[in-house]
Amino acid sequence: MIETSEQTNAPEAGGMDRRTALKVLGATLGAAAFSQAIAPLTEWAENMSLDEYLQKHYRELSPVDLAMVMARMEKQTKEQTGVDVHIQDYRPQPGVKFGYALNLSVCVGCRRCAKACHIENNHDRPSGNSYIRVLEMEKGSLDLAKGRVNYDHPVPHPDKFYMPVQCQQCDKPPCVSVCPVEATWKESDGIVVVDYNWCIGCRYCEAACPYHARRFNWTKPQVPAAEINPDQGYLSNRLRPQGVMEKCTFCLHRSRQGKLPACLEACPTGARVFGNLLDPESEIRWVLKNKRVFVLKEDVGTQPSFFYFFDE
Amino acid sequence: MNKAEINDQVTSYRRFLWKAVRDATDGSAWFYAWMILLTALALVGLHAWAVQVRDGLAVTGISDHVSWGLYIANFTFMVGLAAGGVMMVIPAYLYHDREMHDLTIVGELLAIAAIVMSICFVVVDMGRPERFWHMFPLVGRFNWPVSMLTWDVLVLNGYLALNLHISGYLLYKRFLGERPSPKWYVPFVYLSIFWAISIHTVTAFLYSGLGGRPLWNTALLAPRFLVTAFIAGPAFIIVLLFILRRFGGVPVALRPVQILVNIVRVTLLINLLMVASELFTELYSGGSHTASGHYLFFGLHGANALVPWIWSAVAMGVISAVMFLRPDVVTKPIWLTVACALAFAGIWIEKGMGLIVPAFIPSTLHEIVEYFPSLMEWQITAGIWAWGMLILTVMLKIALPILRQPHPEPNHAVSRENASVEADLPPSLAHSQR
Repeated sequence: MIETSEQTNAPEAGGMDRRTALKVLGATLGAAAFSQAIAPLTEWAENMSLDEYLQKHYRELSPVDLAMVMARMEKQTKEQTGVDVHIQDYRPQPGVKFGYALNLSVCVGCRRCAKACHIENNHDRPSGNSYIRVLEMEKGSLDLAKGRVNYDHPVPHPDKFYMPVQCQQCDKPPCVSVCPVEATWKESDGIVVVDYNWCIGCRYCEAACPYHARRFNWTKPQVPAAEINPDQGYLSNRLRPQGVMEKCTFCLHRSRQGKLPACLEACPTGARVFGNLLDPESEIRWVLKNKRVFVLKEDVGTQPSFFYFFDE
Repeated sequence: MNKAEINDQVTSYRRFLWKAVRDATDGSAWFYAWMILLTALALVGLHAWAVQVRDGLAVTGISDHVSWGLYIANFTFMVGLAAGGVMMVIPAYLYHDREMHDLTIVGELLAIAAIVMSICFVVVDMGRPERFWHMFPLVGRFNWPVSMLTWDVLVLNGYLALNLHISGYLLYKRFLGERPSPKWYVPFVYLSIFWAISIHTVTAFLYSGLGGRPLWNTALLAPRFLVTAFIAGPAFIIVLLFILRRFGGVPVALRPVQILVNIVRVTLLINLLMVASELFTELYSGGSHTASGHYLFFGLHGANALVPWIWSAVAMGVISAVMFLRPDVVTKPIWLTVACALAFAGIWIEKGMGLIVPAFIPSTLHEIVEYFPSLMEWQITAGIWAWGMLILTVMLKIALPILRQPHPEPNHAVSRENASVEADLPPSLAHSQR
């Protein structure tokens, strides 16, 4: 084998030159085809700045860094959509842990909560995305397998009851433990957040969540300029990049300022109760004390901060 | 070591690399045709991936309901193939089987190619592949030890490094005509045996640790992964050895093939037992936790996209198991190749489309949304397979001429006796390198 190769390597063999020439030709053609093949990557990279690429994890950014990052994002949105948005970093308040309760006896399944979420959180318009899915359930059963999401008739149907499901803000969130890069974590007020600029888009959290609460940005979310909600939180409803995870944050850009989540404000029947679990005088505490509440899939051990109850 | 010695070392290592490049780019017309085909497929896949990065994963059939598909299915299978390569190493080193020794490098090179492919499948599944550095120590944040995925990153890269070291060291020493020093590779070989088991156990834990996905949430998953790895790996190597003998003129003794056949014979049966156990548990107990199993094997509320896949896998598993039990099949290379191909394809379905996809159907809120891979997903998948085969071909091309040099170890005389197999082949085949 060795001898054969040495022989062909000899300069007097004319075949060697031809072989070398063919190899060079092949390599050139290959390189040309390669650069053609990766051309879309170049187009894609043009839209990204070095600052954006090298940006640190949210929790490692100093207040000055973060202010610069948010200013950059506001400028970018202005350039791309012409809209003046205001991005702020809302921090958890001390002594607050948020809880949510939902009265299944009065929910009529109108899906206005899902729609309010869609608008408030700057969701992708073509896919009609929302952090809330409303299940139409069979009376007499809490089996999710008997629920339907795509019901299409006047509500409420007399034989059914309705159960909206969104992020349960678990105390033991499996989505947080599985994330390989700590791009998602639980804040001190109980809200599980995502750093959209740190997430690598592996979707392990989406596989881990037992409540179908996480969403992926399969493409760059499309929101018409006139419909963009300009009041944005860095960790919540700002316009998301393509290829990262997102989820319900109990509208932290509202709730951390003492306002109520958009889904609650939209509810026409008052089925939703939101508040501070650490405040004994809060309405949510009253519900937990006086109603028989339950949580979804208690058996998987996630310990939700989202409760359901019936009146009668 | 003085300066002159270091210079010598550098020179000889440069010669080794140069020879490697020459060996890898010289060959027959068939060889060039094969390499051009693989390059073309790999480029088609690369282009599709570039479009996917630009336009988003919306170009795939994956959705919020079925959030992992063909890529992660192939990733899982590839980890198994990589682990299966070690089945060449165990008989050679644990049982001191001399005849296996010369061929262990084939298993190690397969492991390298398979690990590269498995890493590629993870990269193409990522929404933001350019953020890979977020995992690096110091500059990134690595959620170790809590996230199983970080364990997988460590064990897969470790396994790649181990196999690169072992095979690179052995090849270089043989190139020099020197006897490899056991202290530089034997401890790593033993380590690689345990490491092979760990890569596939950790990969199973990725899935089985998720309480919200009942189909995966079973203790049987890791053992099943190992058993299927020890079907797919040896089946691939058996066929590879035939190909090397036919087209590479490599002397392949009968015994290594027999050992691999014996391994597959047993692992195929163990796997069928495990599949049957899973099926029994799913069917007999019932309830909504078993909905995914019902969907996979029989369809659910009219949705049955995976039913033909899984029953083909079961049929291939049963047929190949029967074939492997028949002495008249395993002694004929053609039939043995067919049996290996069936076993390999069966495991590819069972572990990929038959395991990753159904865990998402129905979804955690029991919605039934089915998954069909898009054309671009198939292009990217084929591209990665072609890329892996390209790497494997190049590495084997580099390894075989060096391995066929006179062996410095005297106690390897036994293995050279088997070189007579080569003499049985027509000279044109035995020297088809040119």
